[in-house]
Amino acid sequence: MAKILAVDDSASMRQMLAFTLQHAGHEVREADNGKAALDAAQAGAVDLVISDVNMPVMDGITLVKSLRGLPAFRFTPILLLTTESSPEKKSEGKAAGATGWIVKPFNPDQLLATVQRVLG
Amino acid sequence: MTLDVSQFVGVFLEESFEGLDLMEAGLLQFNEDDPEAVNSIFRAAHSIKGGAGTFGFREVSDFTHGAETLLDQIRQGERPMNREISDTLLCAVDCIRDMLRAASDGGEADTARLLETRAAIENLLGTPPAEAAGQDAVQDAEQAAAACGWRIVFKPHADMMKTGNDPLRLIAELERFGPLSVKTRADALPSLSDMEPETCHLHWEIELQATADEAELRAVFDWVEDECELRLESLGASSDAPLPAPAGGRPDTGGTPAVAARPAESARRNDASSIRVAVEKVDSLVNLVGELVITQSMLNQVGNANGEFDVAQVERLREGLGQLERQTRELQEGVMGIRMLPISFVFSRFPRVVRDMAGALGKSVELRMEGEETELDKGLIEKLADPLTHLVRNAIDHGIESAEQRVAAGKPAAGQISLKAYHQGGNIVVEVADDGAGLNREKLLAKAASQGLPVSDSMPDRDVWALIFAAGFSTAEKVTDISGRGVGMDVVRRNIEAVNGRVEIDSAPGQGTHIILRLPLTLAILDGMSVHVGDQTYILPLTAILESIQPSTEQLGTVGGVGRVVHLRGDYLPLIALHETFGVEPKARRPEDGIVIITAASDGRAALLVDGLGAQHQVVIKSLETNYRKVPGISGATIMGDGKVAMILDVDMLLRLRHMH
Repeated sequence: MAKILAVDDSASMRQMLAFTLQHAGHEVREADNGKAALDAAQAGAVDLVISDVNMPVMDGITLVKSLRGLPAFRFTPILLLTTESSPEKKSEGKAAGATGWIVKPFNPDQLLATVQRVLG
Repeated sequence: MTLDVSQFVGVFLEESFEGLDLMEAGLLQFNEDDPEAVNSIFRAAHSIKGGAGTFGFREVSDFTHGAETLLDQIRQGERPMNREISDTLLCAVDCIRDMLRAASDGGEADTARLLETRAAIENLLGTPPAEAAGQDAVQDAEQAAAACGWRIVFKPHADMMKTGNDPLRLIAELERFGPLSVKTRADALPSLSDMEPETCHLHWEIELQATADEAELRAVFDWVEDECELRLESLGASSDAPLPAPAGGRPDTGGTPAVAARPAESARRNDASSIRVAVEKVDSLVNLVGELVITQSMLNQVGNANGEFDVAQVERLREGLGQLERQTRELQEGVMGIRMLPISFVFSRFPRVVRDMAGALGKSVELRMEGEETELDKGLIEKLADPLTHLVRNAIDHGIESAEQRVAAGKPAAGQISLKAYHQGGNIVVEVADDGAGLNREKLLAKAASQGLPVSDSMPDRDVWALIFAAGFSTAEKVTDISGRGVGMDVVRRNIEAVNGRVEIDSAPGQGTHIILRLPLTLAILDGMSVHVGDQTYILPLTAILESIQPSTEQLGTVGGVGRVVHLRGDYLPLIALHETFGVEPKARRPEDGIVIITAASDGRAALLVDGLGAQHQVVIKSLETNYRKVPGISGATIMGDGKVAMILDVDMLLRLRHMH
């Protein structure tokens, strides 16, 4: 199935993402900030990036911008994990080039449904 | 499919508690000029909120929302930080911690405090409290007036695909509402030579046979609403009423959240005391085990296939054993290292303790901490928390004077308390110092005399200071509510001695009090020196040993009232002959034939007479009390390499035993 890069500074959130996505048969790599994700993204093929917005070292918006600057990631779907309280993050993320968003809190079924939406 | 996310609750709680500690520390030393500090406080709140919602702690996530909003405004520079805000946020940190703790061990959170803090936050934010959650429902219900079909015109902007959105996928998604007929319009398609493959030149007209409501359909395009033109036209209202949206009307794509499965219960299951270990530490252990396996196969090869030993291999055998010894030691250190945590786990609570307590007493106190990264055993950390808290509270309550008194004494108005931790030899030393009034010698002596303790005016200072550790001894004229009553310094001393530690105290009138705790690195292993007395072997903790000498006859003497002494560079130290204490037949009948070890104890230096010194060992401490009974002068036992049992000496106790005789 798809190769997914899960990016979040919270270990529980990362584990939950990885567990759910692996359960659905995806291959998951993890990174705990934007910088680490950028390194991981360049180390191997990625079909989808799911990233938190607020992270230390490099935030999700900067990650999206940086990824879109890489030829291999011009059209790769990138989903941002946002909270309902921050609608401005959605437009900021979109402006940076994000494909869409997943609103926290979400449950595994919602996550898989959204992933399905971009991976088909 | 329903996946159970409750297995991550343990990790979530752990990281949330860490996040709360971080928020607390950050708020206590808030600095407007450090944007990264504000950001990290905000991030911690944000992560807790997001995780709490996901893992089923809805109230926590709702509660944290307000705090997060406040922090966001501060982070954006829309609101300056002030004392009121930081106090409120600190209360919020307490509340969140309380709620999570209640969730993890099934207790109850303090509802009154929650409501109060929540009101305070809402007050700061200027939002009316508790707006009805019904607004969405009304809106959704209005939009629920649906049609039996829709005509949709979907015209992506040229750049839409550059955000990774595929128009065909979006159209395919509409299919789940009902049958589609799709017309692709290629009017805008340029000639092949002008066509850019990465640009979207097409648009679509879609007819959908479905009773979906408009909001549901628009939700399909929510990611691209700024990147396309979207027109939805109803194809005439259907005569049968649309499926009434359930109250609230929200399209619930995922069904009921799986997380509703009692997070509290699973948290309790995962709550078994655990340690988080850096991956590098584990990797280095795995590495060491790998080396051990290699050494083992090397030793195996020393004998030949017939199990005979070739003398020529002795050198190889010796080499192998040397390697084994080194690796065993490293492995031991590595495994002990896993139990080690930085002392900041205890220290981190003190900025808050000092702030709250100084505030309550109307004193101004600055806290300085040093050596927070010093590592010590997890078990010790837990045992250190209460005594240290007591010492710090005591220092603020009884040590630091009021601002007026301080200024009158020519000192800065703000008192200072310093906490310091460092390694010294095989010990951890923790110091608590204040620059307050210091102990009052006369008052201590008078109080001790009134309690019937044996004191005299000529006692050296150190012995007078040590009086505060006597049971039930309290020097404060009035017992304050804050530093508590009943529990005194004697408990501190007992707690520290229970983990093989020592307490020392020094004080100067007008300059403050300085308390030094010396603790072993770990509770399980002791660095010791074996000493021989007759046919017995004892282990003396290395931390207690200052030096050893072979006494000359001139150095030995007797002083009335003290007994035998050793004269060493102008000092007379009491001499304790171990063979007498333990009733063993010594090899050295005269002290000058033996070895005298100078030791450091809580109550001063003393000399131990033994027959001879052995080697330095790391010994595993076995409790004598659990396996036999408590023996005065002995803190435990260990098993030596030859299988014999050796007793571990308790120097403090040996010295006290001697006073009793």
